[in-house]
This record gives sequence, structure tokens and C-alpha cells, in this order.
Amino acid sequence: MCGIVGLFLKDPKLEPQLGAMLTDMLITMTDRGPDSAGIAIYGGAKDGLGKITIQSAHPENDFKDLDGDLHDAIGQPVTMLVKSTHAVLEVPLAQMDAARSALSHLRPGVKVMSAGDSIEIFKEVGLPKDVAARFDVARMKGTHGIGHTRMATESAVTTMGAHPFSTGPDQCLVHNGSLSNHNGLRRELIRKGMTFETQNDTEVAAAYVSQKLKEGEDLGTALESGLEDLDGFYTFVVGTKNGFGVVRDPIACKPAVMAETDDYVAFGSEYRALVNLPGIENARVWEPEPATVYFWER
Amino acid sequence: MQTFDLGKEGLRALNSSLHALKGQTNMTAWEVINPKGAHAIAAGVDAPVEITVRGSTGYYCAGMNKQATIRIKGSAGPGVAENMMSGTVIIDGNASQYAGATGRGGLLVIKGNASSRCGVSMKGIDIVVHGSIGHMSAFMAQSGNLVVLGDAGDALGDSLYEARLFVRGSVKSLGADCIEKEMRPEHLALLADLLKRGEADGKAKPEEFKRYGSARKLYNFNIDNASSY
Repeated sequence: MCGIVGLFLKDPKLEPQLGAMLTDMLITMTDRGPDSAGIAIYGGAKDGLGKITIQSAHPENDFKDLDGDLHDAIGQPVTMLVKSTHAVLEVPLAQMDAARSALSHLRPGVKVMSAGDSIEIFKEVGLPKDVAARFDVARMKGTHGIGHTRMATESAVTTMGAHPFSTGPDQCLVHNGSLSNHNGLRRELIRKGMTFETQNDTEVAAAYVSQKLKEGEDLGTALESGLEDLDGFYTFVVGTKNGFGVVRDPIACKPAVMAETDDYVAFGSEYRALVNLPGIENARVWEPEPATVYFWER
Repeated sequence: MQTFDLGKEGLRALNSSLHALKGQTNMTAWEVINPKGAHAIAAGVDAPVEITVRGSTGYYCAGMNKQATIRIKGSAGPGVAENMMSGTVIIDGNASQYAGATGRGGLLVIKGNASSRCGVSMKGIDIVVHGSIGHMSAFMAQSGNLVVLGDAGDALGDSLYEARLFVRGSVKSLGADCIEKEMRPEHLALLADLLKRGEADGKAKPEEFKRYGSARKLYNFNIDNASSY
């Protein structure tokens, strides 16, 4: 099992409440995945700046003076907002690669959770309510976001094994299910130049989609290709800078419920996750069809 | 009428009150409010009572039902009326996957659509779906009747035993060993009764349906095929 929640806002008036709405949905899914939780929030882009979300097992050492050290390394100012074991670095877009490269030398123990114009990812081991509180997710604003509660089956319960996985700029993927051909696919993707942080099957699916996008496919086509190449059980929700996509394997035994109103599109592993959304009584509620790609973009 | 607020009193309290009803009771009408997709609402009831759930339910609502009439005024999550023994379950909205799975008796009515695996391994239950059903429905269904006013998805009746399947609309594909069969007068009479009891008699006529059943080639052991088993 695992729990997935997702929210894509159509009405900008709801954007200040995105984090609060997602937190409520995420906590409802605790009994589908009590061992770890994570959230990807697309908080909007600032002109000329990109975001790198980093994580450390020793934040008190690793994050100390990191903004200044990075400034010295890349010659441009860097701002850092520390949230518990994670920190969000704002870096001029032109220096994103330089900053990541400098980071790996300056703080080799630091992991990059996500990088892009808009995405921030926070994930940790623990109950969803504790993870959400630790990063103060309820106060985050944004246009769309995806959350995951994990009950591990394929790899260890660790911070890096939690979802979402991000393997490309502003991209992320969460998964309910398990893949059976991930080792072979991982080897192919490594040959194509992708790098992996874990032995986790979901990371392979994320990297697969990122590789397809890198090769020029759009999100819909990349997910269609995945139906051919990814073997196993899955409901995936995939986030990009502009929206999110949903796809279930052809057998579709992993649950999925969607709701749409004029104000939002919401995803939940179960209807329970959606019951407190505004106007849910009159929303169009449906189950995504098997082997069918859905996505919403602005 | 006993009104039970699930949001305030909780699922354990509801189900233990319902389980305490044995045989004849004066508390024959129950209403459950604020279900909010909770799991196992009114599962394991064994009394001739009427229960109305005002809203949508999560996994396994009305599971193992015996005798009770349970109405869901919303949609139902996975496994609604799973392993029902007797009684009636009526869903105003849609049902998620494996509705009525392994049901041994009683009647399940779904007024909207049912998702995949509707009636999987059914063993005597009658299921009437006013809308359409998803893929792999009636997989390994052993006995009972599945009536679908709309369409059926892929692999209908795969590895079917002796359940009868009646579909009015299209069937995307038939599963292994499931074939179309002739509709005889006794089937029309059976269907007329099921449509009436399934609150669908104004919506469809028996002669509009096709009947599907087992070709009986798969489940009989044949010594000549021993090496393939």
C-alpha cells in the first residue's frame, strides 16, 4: 500500500491554501502509508531565480554558512531558507549547474531533493502529520502539489526512499504499487546517463519519465511510453512545472479517485482524502480508467 | 429511526451497535450520516433492518451482509457488499472495483457504473448494474446472476464457471472460456424478475439483453490435457 494525494488549482484565490489543503489530504492517508511521507509543492517561480531543495542528515553542520560558501564559489548571491533537515536555496538560473557542482564539493553529505524554477520537495521518515509539521507544509503556497504516504515494499525505509522522487528539472513522481522490471530499466537508464540515489523501483519510473522528456517527448507521450515499458502495478502521479499527470497500469488494482470542480482538480488514493475539499459535494468524482493517461496543465 | 453520526461517534461504535442486533429487533431503521468515505461501514450486519448511509463510503461497505437492506446515498469504494450472504445493498452512485466479490447470496444494485472486477468470484449473489462495468468483471464467477444495462469492459467472465451474465450494451471483449449463449424463455423470465427487484424494470426490457456463460472447456479436468495443467 501507499497513499497519494494531489491538487491542481484552477482558481488562483486558493493558492495561499494549497499547503493546508494538501496537508489535510496527506494526513487522511496515514493508514495507507505510515512509515514516511513527502510532498512536492510548486510554489511559483521568481524572475531569473531557480530553486534547489537540499537535505542533510546533519543540517546543523552542513547548512552552516552554506549560502555564503556557495556565493563565494559561484560569484553570485544565494539565499537559503532552512526547514528542519531540508533547505531551499535560491540561485540565479544561469548558475544552477555551477551551484549544484559546487554543492557536491562543499558539502558532500548533502542530497539534492529537487531543482527547478518552481518545485520544492520535502520528505522524511515518520508519520505524515509529523513530517508535515516538521516542514510547516500547511503554510506553503503554490499552484499545484503532490503528496505521498509510504508503506515500503521495494526498498528500505529511509529519507531518500520516500516519495516524491525528482529526476529532472521541476519534475517529480509518486507511486502506489511495485515495479518488477526496474533493475533492467535502471541499467538502461544509467547507460543513457541518468544517475540514481537509491535501489528504489519508483526512482526508476521517475528517471524513465525524465529521460523521455529529455528526449523531447511531452508528458502525455512519455506516460504512454511508460505503459509499454514499465512492468508491474502502479498508479503514478507525475508533477511538472505546469501541471500534473495521472496514469494507472492496465490491471489497475491500485486505487485512484479524482474530483474536479471549476476551482481545482484533486487526486486521492481514496475518496476519504478528498472529503474536506471545498465544494466536493458537487464535484465530478470519478476513477481514472486503466492504461489511460490524464493530465492537467496551465 | 436511529440516526448515527459517524463523524462524532466513530465506526467501532456503529458496527458494534449493528452487530448487537440479533434476529428480530424494534430498531429496524438506521441512518448513518457523515460517512466521508470511511471503511467497513455496516459490515457484518446480521439482522433484518434497513440502513441508509447518507454519503459516499470507502472500502468494504456492507461486507458480509446478512438479511439487512443497506442503501448508500452516494458512491461506494472498493469491495462493496463483498461476500454478501443475503439481504439487499443498493448504491445510488457508482461502485469502485470488485463490487459484490465472492458474494454468496442476496441482491446488489448499483445505479451508476461499476469499476473493474465487478462480481469477481461471485458464488450465488445477484448483481444488477444500471450503468456499465469495468474490465475483468465476473472473473471466475461460480453462480448467481450479473445484469448490466450498459456496457462491459475487457475480459468479461474470464475463466467463468456457472454464473449467468446478461449485458444489454457492448462487451469490449470476452475472457477465456466465456461465450455468448442463446436467450431462452426461462432466462427472459429470470431477467424480468431481476430487473424488477433491481429497480430497473422501467429502464430496460429483458429481450434487449444478450446472455453470456461458460463454454465449460476450461474448468473440467481432461486427462488428455494433463501435461498442460
